[in-house]
Amino acid sequence: MTEVTTLQETKTGSGYAREVLMNLGPQHPSTHGVLRLLLQMDGEIVERIEPHIGLLHRGTEKLFESFTYTQIFPLTDRLDYLCPPSNNLGYALAVEALLGIEAPIRAQYIRVIMAELARISGHLLITGALPMDVGAMTSLLYTMRDREMVLDLMEMISGVRMHTSFVRVGGVREDLPEGCEARILEFCDIFADRILDYETLLKNNRIFLARVENIGNIAAEDAIALGLTGPNLRASGVDWDLRRDAPYEIYDRLEFNVITRKDGDCYDRWKCRLDEMRESLRMIRQCVEQMPKGDFLVDDPKIAFPVDKDLLAHSMETHIHHFELAAYGFKVPKGEVYTAIEAPKGELGYYLISDGSEKPFRLKVRSPSFVNLQALTERTTNVKYLADVIAMLGSLDPVMGEVDK
Amino acid sequence: MMASEVPLAKVLERFGGKVELDETATDMPCLLVPPEDLVELCLFLRDDAELQFNFLSDICGVDFHPEIPRFMLVYHLVSIPNHWRLRLKCRLFDPPAAPTITPVWTTANWHEREAYDMYGIIFDGHPDLRRLYMWDEFDGFPMRRDFPLRGYKDNYNPLGATRRDGGGGA
Repeated sequence: MTEVTTLQETKTGSGYAREVLMNLGPQHPSTHGVLRLLLQMDGEIVERIEPHIGLLHRGTEKLFESFTYTQIFPLTDRLDYLCPPSNNLGYALAVEALLGIEAPIRAQYIRVIMAELARISGHLLITGALPMDVGAMTSLLYTMRDREMVLDLMEMISGVRMHTSFVRVGGVREDLPEGCEARILEFCDIFADRILDYETLLKNNRIFLARVENIGNIAAEDAIALGLTGPNLRASGVDWDLRRDAPYEIYDRLEFNVITRKDGDCYDRWKCRLDEMRESLRMIRQCVEQMPKGDFLVDDPKIAFPVDKDLLAHSMETHIHHFELAAYGFKVPKGEVYTAIEAPKGELGYYLISDGSEKPFRLKVRSPSFVNLQALTERTTNVKYLADVIAMLGSLDPVMGEVDK
Repeated sequence: MMASEVPLAKVLERFGGKVELDETATDMPCLLVPPEDLVELCLFLRDDAELQFNFLSDICGVDFHPEIPRFMLVYHLVSIPNHWRLRLKCRLFDPPAAPTITPVWTTANWHEREAYDMYGIIFDGHPDLRRLYMWDEFDGFPMRRDFPLRGYKDNYNPLGATRRDGGGGA
């Protein structure tokens, strides 16, 4: 699992001083996936961290260029595989911007509910996994238990637990199933108390605090220079949240607080996510309350499949459109657009260049984890010991699917 | 957000003719900049008291093969205090080279390594220009448009395309 190479051995006055290169990962439980860290150690003190990424590289961006716009949805699922609805949403917004269409209001609410549920699911994993990385195993068991409720809701909505691919260009695949709203509200009621449980479990836990408090502090200006986004940026005191500052979908109709902290240490990043889950719950409740009845997909036979499937059996024209759409996809006008959403990990951007065909000419994903992970290499953070590296890595919350693309 | 909101006139004036406004951009204002003025422009945009484009969101490489100039680098900037976004475009000839902007924004490091890894764009002055995703011995730049989707045929990739001279190779 970990390999040790002696780099150089020099005789000093007090005996031997050794500089050692240590390999952490790629198969290591605390690297959250396949991340390999090459650490240059001076005893227990870490001199340099060199992440080797790409072990999960699947050439997603290359594949984008040979897939039709609809086929791309399942690929985006697999970027940040903890929160697929957010990835779907960001991509759909980019294509919709070029097409000049907007999803119906009900679809926008469904997307936002799913994106916020996904945020809870993603944050739950890390609020449990970070304490586990530093030795508090219990919390992960609780958070995974509760994450199951979110996955059950995802299954109820889309039929799939993880890779939902539920969003479509111009809406969502289906309407919410009967009784779903009640289940979502039930979840909100149960979960509100559960967040308090995790907080009480760890907030005053001295062992946990000793490992995360004042470890890996990132100052606000460093965080901006490093390109950090999401909870990692807000924990450093920068008040920046795209849901409020560049609202997309129906976020401007929702009331919520942007959580910021001051110190930017591992504890603040953890706490920031914990508090964000509360805000997500508030948003979900408001969404369910405000959500109007109506269409869940645009009524444009050239872009979306017909909502009324019976038409396929009776209308020749619908049939032709359906065939064309399934076989060739739809064309997107020439142009370029960059859309960014506030994904659970930070700013998830899609830069789409279209040449007017049914496949993107270039689709670049600005994945937040990729940028956030880079902070690990910087000396601006006060990560000193090997044990701190683990805490720092956990608190940055990288998902390797998104880092490696 | 329309282009008119961002006071770009002073930028165009300051760089007198070298930096142009891209009129075709619709979602955010866009500047066309030659590689030799890139660093200076970035510093100006970041440090100007009014503009304050302090955040580099993304660097994207694009290959327009067989168009000339073949490559393009696209930078997306954000001004967090002003809530503005800005796009910079920098066209590059083959073989592509551009100055690094890592001294301006630390975050550019990995973005530039990615562009190098995928497109073979050389960033002059980059502190650590190595492959990022692909392994060091990998031959070719996979995101170039003349690089086959399946990769080239070798021992590990029996279904890959047969390599012809120069096609997408390094």
